[in-house]
Formats: sequence, structure tokens, C-alpha cells
Amino acid sequence: MKQPIDPIANYEATRRAVGYVPRARADQATYDALGFMSGLEVHQQLLTGQKLFCRCPAGIYQGPDDYDAEIIRHMRPTLSELGEYDGTALMEFKTRKQIVYRIKSRTACTYEVDDTPPFPLNRQALDIAIEIALLSRLKIVGEVHITRKQYLDGSIPTGFQRTAIIGVEGEIPLKRGPVRLIQLSLEEDSCREVSDIGHVRTYRTDRLGMPLIETVTYPDMKNPDEVREACDYIRFLNRSTGKVRTGIGAGRQDVNVSCRGGTRVEIKGVSHTAWIPELTHNECFRQWALLEIRRELLARVPDPAAWKPSSVRVRVLTWGLRSPALRALRERGQIMVAVNLPGFAGALSHFTQPGQCFADELAGRLKVIACLERPNMDHSEAAVPAISAGDWARIKQELTPSDGDAQLVFWGPEEDIKTALETVEERCRMAFAGVPNETRQPLADGTTVFERVLPGADRMYPDTDSKPIPLEDAHIERIRPSVPTEVSARYQQMKTWGVPENCYAYIFTRNLFPVIERVVSELGFGPVFVGTVFGQTLKHIEGHHQTTPDFTYNKVYGLFKYVKEQGLAPEIIRAMLPVLYQHPKMDFESILTSINFKRVAEDEILSKVPFLKEKIRSTRVSTDPSIEPHWIMGQLRTSALGNIGLTGLSKTIEHG
Amino acid sequence: MADDIFQGYKGAGLEVLKKFNVRVWGQAEVETTRGPFQGTVLPRADQDDDRHIVLKIATGYNIGVDIATITAMRETGYKKANYKIPEKQFPVTPGLPAVKLLGTGGTIASRLDYRTGAVIPAFTPGELYGAVPELADICNLTTEKLFAVFSENMGPEQYKALAVAIGREIENGIDGIVIGHGTDTMHYTAAALTFMVQDPPVPIVMVGSQRSSDRPSSDAALNLMHATTAAGHGGIAEVMVCMFGPTSDEYGFLHRGTRVRKMHSSYRSTFRTIGDTPLATVTRAGVKPIKQDFKPRRRDRKAVIRPFFEEKVAMIYYYTNMQPDMIDSLVEHGYKGIIIIGTGLGHVNKPLYPAIERAVAKGVHVFMTVQTLWGYVHMFVYDTGRDLMAKGVVPLENMLPEVAYIKLGWVLGQTRDRDEVRRMMLAPINDDITPREPYNGYLVYQGGVPEVEEFVRKVHK
Ligand SMILES: [Zn+2]
Repeated sequence: MKQPIDPIANYEATRRAVGYVPRARADQATYDALGFMSGLEVHQQLLTGQKLFCRCPAGIYQGPDDYDAEIIRHMRPTLSELGEYDGTALMEFKTRKQIVYRIKSRTACTYEVDDTPPFPLNRQALDIAIEIALLSRLKIVGEVHITRKQYLDGSIPTGFQRTAIIGVEGEIPLKRGPVRLIQLSLEEDSCREVSDIGHVRTYRTDRLGMPLIETVTYPDMKNPDEVREACDYIRFLNRSTGKVRTGIGAGRQDVNVSCRGGTRVEIKGVSHTAWIPELTHNECFRQWALLEIRRELLARVPDPAAWKPSSVRVRVLTWGLRSPALRALRERGQIMVAVNLPGFAGALSHFTQPGQCFADELAGRLKVIACLERPNMDHSEAAVPAISAGDWARIKQELTPSDGDAQLVFWGPEEDIKTALETVEERCRMAFAGVPNETRQPLADGTTVFERVLPGADRMYPDTDSKPIPLEDAHIERIRPSVPTEVSARYQQMKTWGVPENCYAYIFTRNLFPVIERVVSELGFGPVFVGTVFGQTLKHIEGHHQTTPDFTYNKVYGLFKYVKEQGLAPEIIRAMLPVLYQHPKMDFESILTSINFKRVAEDEILSKVPFLKEKIRSTRVSTDPSIEPHWIMGQLRTSALGNIGLTGLSKTIEHG
Repeated sequence: MADDIFQGYKGAGLEVLKKFNVRVWGQAEVETTRGPFQGTVLPRADQDDDRHIVLKIATGYNIGVDIATITAMRETGYKKANYKIPEKQFPVTPGLPAVKLLGTGGTIASRLDYRTGAVIPAFTPGELYGAVPELADICNLTTEKLFAVFSENMGPEQYKALAVAIGREIENGIDGIVIGHGTDTMHYTAAALTFMVQDPPVPIVMVGSQRSSDRPSSDAALNLMHATTAAGHGGIAEVMVCMFGPTSDEYGFLHRGTRVRKMHSSYRSTFRTIGDTPLATVTRAGVKPIKQDFKPRRRDRKAVIRPFFEEKVAMIYYYTNMQPDMIDSLVEHGYKGIIIIGTGLGHVNKPLYPAIERAVAKGVHVFMTVQTLWGYVHMFVYDTGRDLMAKGVVPLENMLPEVAYIKLGWVLGQTRDRDEVRRMMLAPINDDITPREPYNGYLVYQGGVPEVEEFVRKVHK
């Protein structure tokens, strides 16, 4: 017998073999060596009153248990072009999921649940999509064709999403150069999942059918930070129109990643762009690790086609197994199956991602495909085994393994065992090929778990319920004047003005550039002051105080205008803003009162300077000359604020 | 065929393709004033305009290019797609019932031409097995395509041909018959077959789908499984319609052919039994009767086939201020029978009376049904009703209007004798008229009522 695998040592050793480094220690050379490649699909909800294909209100949400009725559907794969079921189709069918839709009368009608054909496409949404497509320098199509894109996970009750291309082949400018865009489509949003337990997946239908655009880039990004930069740019671009939804879930992205020799893997539904660098970094290394596993397996198993696992049902009582975990499973009526994986020693505990090993790839698929709730398996290389060493020895005896084999045990209800066994075998076979085509779900720690098999290409077909919509030049030209200036041009403008860079993210996320520009050009305030009032003061206030729906950024414009009209010194704006933010309905005069502002003539303030100078000179003990003006400013600040420019006052004190 | 390389293109669009020598299924590079586009040229739907060319781009989506913007076009390749459903041998399992599927033209199972979106019907047993493999666990299926017409084009010729074909299948010893049919006029055909095929020894099950089977959430596969189960294993030997019970994928209803009606333009659960309960529910596990007075399956091979139909029969839906010439013109055009769908308990306005008198005098047979669908014609209640009856209008109890129309056509195809026509119309055939209406035969609940909402929340729609 060879030495048994020490899981933790093996995990560390394989991590080193893969060459994994944390992101902080990775540079462009690291990513070039891996052949890092990434592209984005950025989703953005549009700000419309109604949904895309029916007249239900958009943007009204319910809690998971707030519903009027439930209906049940099953998704059945349709045959693909070659008369075969594609991978996802087959997988979703294997899972035999019962899909439950929760309907609230206020937010969903018979269209959402596929009991009524679509109504004509929402024109407001179409025009917003055209505007954003123009801003993304995409070529606008001559005729919009509604296409059905199949989804068998149940996230859309029809089994397909209605989606349409608005523009193709555009680009966005990044620091390093342009990133090419493949297309922008207008589509209906999907359901929100409530739960997915065993064979029942439950969705709510409030978000379903809301208009959404998807901007797809080419895989032009060469490192994780660029992916985030591109994503931020697209999101800022969308927001710069002021016609998109903001808030949780209004913008989400799917991130595609591959390494050299790997496969395009889609990390779905990343809701924060800040997560992107860590996720893409780890995914690239996960693929690199899978290729390493492949190399090792091929060295051990010369003929992968002939590779075959063996399995046996675990008999807890007959074999005298004592582990409490096994006994508990038996009592719950679950079946346990032990599988011998020839040549897989060391593979199960092989590093794939920080805190995850190859066995997790199996466990993830058992959950999704075979509907076995986790924990659903244990294996011979588990760091913390659920089954005692003695029981393992007894189980292995039944499997009669050879040196270099690995073993696992999985458990679940009788009816899922066959699918589960096929799933284990299928995933292990894929290890000989490298990186499987799949979509993965992002976790907050920057790693991912298996979500679905990536759908095949043949899942798009024309929507026979809708007519094509012509987009004439005249229509596009009517929209063109409302297209805002490009985000890159706005960046440039703020740089030229000298607005500090740390203000930009906040300003673009909130689409504040247009209001800043108005304050500067219409009211004549200094751009650095205006930029920092928004990008620093307002940002700080927003992080520390509550507001009401009455607060708009236009009110801040009003504040600037008021201060100018009243001839007040601009600094008072920073003092008034917190009050305005918390009480947007309060008039400006009352805000001034609330911060104890009193109108004092400039001369009156300046006249106090000689007296104060006298006072400090008579009492001071320090010889530091800078103390004097500081102290005087401190004495005068409250009465000076708004009545006299503080910079000017400070100069007067020093030199006057 | 020369035109075939420009499938569906016409007018200006066709000229552009010809000018640049680009064919349908050709890979094209298109220069336009909006920039370049690339993709495979797809056929154009007949009803669409001639101002655009359809491309399938690399990502699989379709787009249209405005020909007014095209400055140049070049074909760089060509790949014609050919689609057909995979035929797999339908396995014959000893011990399973023999079921015959008769096709009328409605598609139940189908697959898609992914490029054009065209639905290719699956019909042969092999094709059906390819699309719904579960059928092989239910029965030994054979199929025959009788005709290929849309639901709205089904008429007397088809009813008669179906009845004859059913008679033949029964004689040949089939265990059950399924008829694939478009849903729009399924209840007309169901009534016709009830009259034309009386006392069949085996189930005759009509089935269709409300959502075409190219979509993953289609009701087609489940309906087909339910129908073959009812036909092969069920014990009810009547003409029935088998469609979704709730809109959820849960169970199907078997509706009696004379009491069923399509009640919603798009719901899956559109078919409802009117004025009674459905015959039974059906799942893949079998048929579960709701009514106990059904006609049971028999071992004999007897059935009365009466394939007759007089085409000059009309149905007129009364509306306020209907003018007498509506009826006069029917008489003038040689109509032999008229079903009036009257208001309330079975009424029309007074100005129509002389026209009705003239019609009856000319030998036209006039019957009354109600717009309310539920409930009986009661022409004794008001003077107006009694007047109408005196003028020769015969009330048809609670017969549904469409059923009355079909029955009158069928009766007039056999006799013109006034008393005989009247006798046959009023002699119930499998509940076209029922002697009583059960308390649970009319349940149209209204939303918003707390107890209804509670029910809807708990029970899957
Ligand atoms: Zn709706």
C-alpha cells in the first residue's frame, strides 16, 4: 500500500503546483502566463412605468411569501437543430424540477405566467435602449426582431426569454484603449428565486418581464482590474442617461472568464463590480488547476475512454458501520452509495480555489443536477471526514480499490440515486477533458460554485408571437439629441477642472455630472468646489444620514442657486446640505435658521480681528506664529460662515 | 426553382438581393450607412414588409437590415439548413393498449426550425416518440394523418371523414382513439363526433395544445400523455375533450363532447364543461371519474356511425336592435335551419317576429339557445317567449349554441320533416341536453372576495 493521501498537505502541494498567488501578489505577467481572458454581459434595468411585453407596473416588488396564487410548471427540453437535446436541456430534464411561480395580482398578469401572448413591445423601453446603444457607439439595426432564448431552469415561465438586438459592434474607451462591444439587446427580466430545495424550485414573478438591456463585450480584458474598469464604465454609461433603474438588483453582470487551454465559464449575476477582480482571478486559477488535474490524471489513466468507476450500495447494519452520520442518514430513509474512482487519488483534495478542492466540483453538481441537498457526500480525502476511519476501511473493502484510486460516498433519496451516480461519473470523465462548460454562482469570498451547464448555441429562435419592428433613420435621429455626452468625455472634463479623482466613482454612479455641469456653467461656481460638494460632502452625508423620497439632486442645484442669489459665501453650502438631505421639504431660509446662521456684514466681522489679535497676544504662551491666525479663525468661523469667504478671511487675518 | 433561393423576399428587398447576388442561406457582409453588418441571410416571412433583409448574426440573434441604408452586399459563403424530426422506431410493448392517433392538421407535438422559427409538426409514431418518449410507456401508438387543415377550416367534410375513420378503427379492434385537433373549434368537432359516432365501445379523445410544443413550458406533451392514457387505459367510452384542468402542469380534464367549450383565448385551462361537472380528471397514473354515469368501455366492436350534415344551417347571435333583414337574408339564401342565440331566458325583440314567421312559413327550422351559456331557455316565463314559440321557434333547453348548430346540421342532413327534426333535436344524445343542472355546474368565482382569494392562494390555478 502506498502512503494514504494527507488531504491538507496534498491541497497545499497542489496549490503550489498550480502556482496560485493571491491577487495582491499577482501582476500582468501572472495573468499573461495564465492566458487570462474575460468578457462581460452587463444587465441594466430601464426606468419605465410598465413592463416590456405587458402593461403590468415595473419596479414594484414583494416579499418572498407575499403572493396571491401559485402555479406549477415543468420545463421540457425541445429538440435542438440536430435532433439532440443540448447539455443544459438534458441536465434540467434530469433534475425533474417542479417549478412553482408565486403571483401577486398587482405585479403580474396572465402574460408573465404564459397564459397570454405578448402585447406590443414597450416603446419607451425601446427608445431608451436605442439611446444607450448610440452612446455605446453601436450600429443600430434596421429592424428589431424579437427572439426567444431558451432557459430551462424555470426562471421564465414560458421557458424562454424574449430578447431583441438593438445594436451591434460598438466600443467603449478604457485607460488602456478601447474595449469592443459585440451587441446590446433589449430583453425581459427573469423571476427572482425564492428557494430551490430538492425537486422544488420556487420563484416570484414581480421582477419578471421588466425591461432590461444587456451589453455584451468581446473578451478583450486581460486582467481582473480591467474587467472591473470596463464594467464600471458600462454601468456609468447606462446611468449617464438618467433613464435606468438604480438600487439593489437593477444592475447585474455575468462575467465570462477563461485561461489558456480552458473554457469560457460564466459567473452569473455578480451584483457588485467590486467583486469582479477577485472572482475573475480565482476563476482563472480554478481553470488552471483543472488543467493541472487533467495532466495528472492522463498520466495515470492512459485510456480515459475506458475509465469506469465502480459503485456499491452502503449497508450500514450488515457492514456494522458505526458513524453517527451514516446511521442518521439511514434513519431518514436515505440511500448511500460508495463509488471507487480509479486513478483519482490526490485528485479529490486537489486545489481548485481558495478553500475548495476538486471534490467540491462533484458536490456542487450533485446538488444542482441530482437535487441532493448539501452535505451530500464524503470522500477518502476529506479534511474533516463525516465518516470514521474504521467505517471508511470497511466501505473500501467492498469496493476493492487499487493503489491510486479514490473513493467517495454520496447519499440521497432512492429516486435520485441513478442521476447522482451518472452525475459523479460524468463530472469525473470531464476531468480528463479539462474545464467543463458551465455557469457558476459567485460567492462573497471571491470563489464560485457550480450553477448550471452552460446552454448550447442552439437555443435562440424567432418569436412567432411578435412582428419585427422597423427602426427608420428618422426615428433614430429623433432620439439622438437626447444622448448625453460620453462618460469618457465627462471624465476628461472633470480632470481638466481639477476635481479630485476620488470623487469620480460616486459622481458617475449617481449620474451627478449633469447637475455639476449645470451648477458650474449656469451659476458660475468653481468646479472644484462643486465637484467636492457632491463627490465628498454629499457622499459623506449619504453614508451617515437618512433621507426621504423627496430628496433629489435637483434640490442641491436649488441650494447653490439660492446661495448665489442671496449673495452668501459658498462654504455655507456644506453646512446646509446635511439638513437639506434629511429634510428635503424644508425651505432654505429655515435651513439657515436651523444651523443658527445670522447675517453679519463683512466689515463687522473684519472689525473684530484687531481685538482678537490683541487678546491672543496678551495670553499666549507658545511661540509658534501659526497659532495666532488659527485661533482667530476658530473664533470667527461660526459668524463668518456664509457671510464672508473663509479663504479670504484667513488671508486678511494673516496679512492684515 | 428559381424563386426558392430568395425565399419569402419580394419587391424592393428581392431587388436588392438580386442586385448584389446574395441568396437566402448565404453568408453576407452588408455595408450600410449605419455601419457594416454580417450574418446569414434568412428567409423572410410572407406577411412582413419588403424593406428589410433578415440576418442571423454570429451570436444567434436575428436582426433586420433596412435596404434603404444598404450601400453594398457580398456573399462570402452559403449553407442551407435542412431540418427534420428525428425518427425513432416507436417501441411496441406487449400488454400495452393499441391507440390510434388521427391527425387533422393541428400540431400537438412538433419541433422547431431554429433558424426560421418555423414549427415542424411531429406526427408519425417515430417522430412523436422522438419528441415525447414517455408515450411508449403508455401505449402502442399508430398514427394516420386524415387531413391537414387549420382548426378554423374544420367543417362538415372533415367531421364526416373523421366519423368514418373512427368507425373503421373500431371495427379493426383498436383500444382507443386520440384525435389531434386545433383548439379553436375543437368543441364543434367534439359535438359533431358525438352525434356521428354513437355508442362507441372505446374512448374517443380529442386533444390539442394551447402553447405550441416548441416551447419548454408547452402543454402539448402532457396533454398527449393524458389523452393516450385516457384512450388506452381509461374506462369511459365516449367522445371527449382532454385538456389541462388548471393552468398548472398538474392534471387534465375529460370533458363530455356535448358540454365542453373553449372559454379563454389563451389560457391553458381554456376548456370548461358548461352546466355540469367534467367527466373525469386524468393524470399519467390514470383516469379518475368525477361523474358516475359515463358510458363504460365495452369489448364489442359496435358503433353507430351516422356521417350526415346539411351545410345550410346558420347560427345568429341576437343583439339589441337586430333588424329583421338579418333573418330574411338567411332565408333568401336558402338556409334550412337557424339557431338563434337569444338574450336572457331566450328572447329577441319584437321587430324580428314577422321575419321569424316568414322563415318558418318557408320551412326553415328555427331553434332558440341562450347567450348566457349557463342555464336553460325558459320561453314560458314572459309573453314574448310564448309569442315566439307560437311563431314556431323551438327552445333547446340547456343545449350550448355551438352544439345546437352542429346538431341541427346533423339532423337536417337526415330529415326535413318538421316534427322529426324537432323530435331529434330535443332527444338528448350524450347530454347535449341534460334534465337537470347540478349545483356545482356553474362555478365562475370572482376574484377579490376573501374566501375566493384564500382558495386561489391554496389551490394551484
Ligand atoms: Zn403582466
